[in-house]
Amino acid sequence: MDRTGHTTLAQWTAEDDAAFADAVREFGEQQALGYIGTVPDGPGKATHVRELPRDADMVILRRPIAGG
Amino acid sequence: MAQAEALPELATVPWRQPTDARWLRRWGRIWHAWTLLYTVPFIAAAVGMFLLDPLATPVALAALAHAWIIPELYAFRGASVVRPKARGSAQGEPVAQGLLGDLLGHDERELQRRTGLALQRGELGIWLVGQGGALLVTPERRRVHCFCVAASDAELPPSDRIAHLLLALRSDEVGFATVANHAFAGAAWRVRRRLPLPMRPALDAARRAAE
Repeated sequence: MDRTGHTTLAQWTAEDDAAFADAVREFGEQQALGYIGTVPDGPGKATHVRELPRDADMVILRRPIAGG
Repeated sequence: MAQAEALPELATVPWRQPTDARWLRRWGRIWHAWTLLYTVPFIAAAVGMFLLDPLATPVALAALAHAWIIPELYAFRGASVVRPKARGSAQGEPVAQGLLGDLLGHDERELQRRTGLALQRGELGIWLVGQGGALLVTPERRRVHCFCVAASDAELPPSDRIAHLLLALRSDEVGFATVANHAFAGAAWRVRRRLPLPMRPALDAARRAAE
């Protein structure tokens, strides 16, 4: 994600090991920058993930929240 | 799919008790008692002064004004958590609206575009999420809890700020409320009066949804 919109950081399929490995590496780099992985689970639900799930349709990286 | 976990931001507030339904009920009662504590003495003083000496009527009126203004100021503080913040990148807003729209159902998307607040049903009640805070309408409809909470990147476009809060809320509702700073709890009508006009239909919708 950048300051002007959204960026697709990685794309993979469950069968493509090389693409998934690239995605896992990118996911780790973003976590190191402070982003948090979240998988939308349908209406009104989401799951926080520490590891990139191979079978997820989409993983959104979000910034941490804090009380204002 | 990896196993669901608690909100990682909870590690930044280890001293806080979980903000669950019991916590909310307790703090709702505390705020109610606090409101009475700083309102009733002013009213009693006003009545007493008037009865003792009608010449003290101006002072009595000033006391009554205090009894009215102080709760209004607290309600204003609570409602201010969802007021739009004049910060963040406007350049990415159209794209950010797309992501936020994808996260919301049709009715919630329309409501968010009209009012700036995203409605989210939860176990604790009905949430209205704004750019820098959230309102929670508890199931009994009488009380609104106001939380100050924001995504840590101030440069995010407004809709991204809402989307990031929404994702955190959906991941762990109690964790979200625990990380957020509780700013106010009070009657829905008091908070509504202090909301910007375009946001009031969102609170009305949340109260209907909480029925």
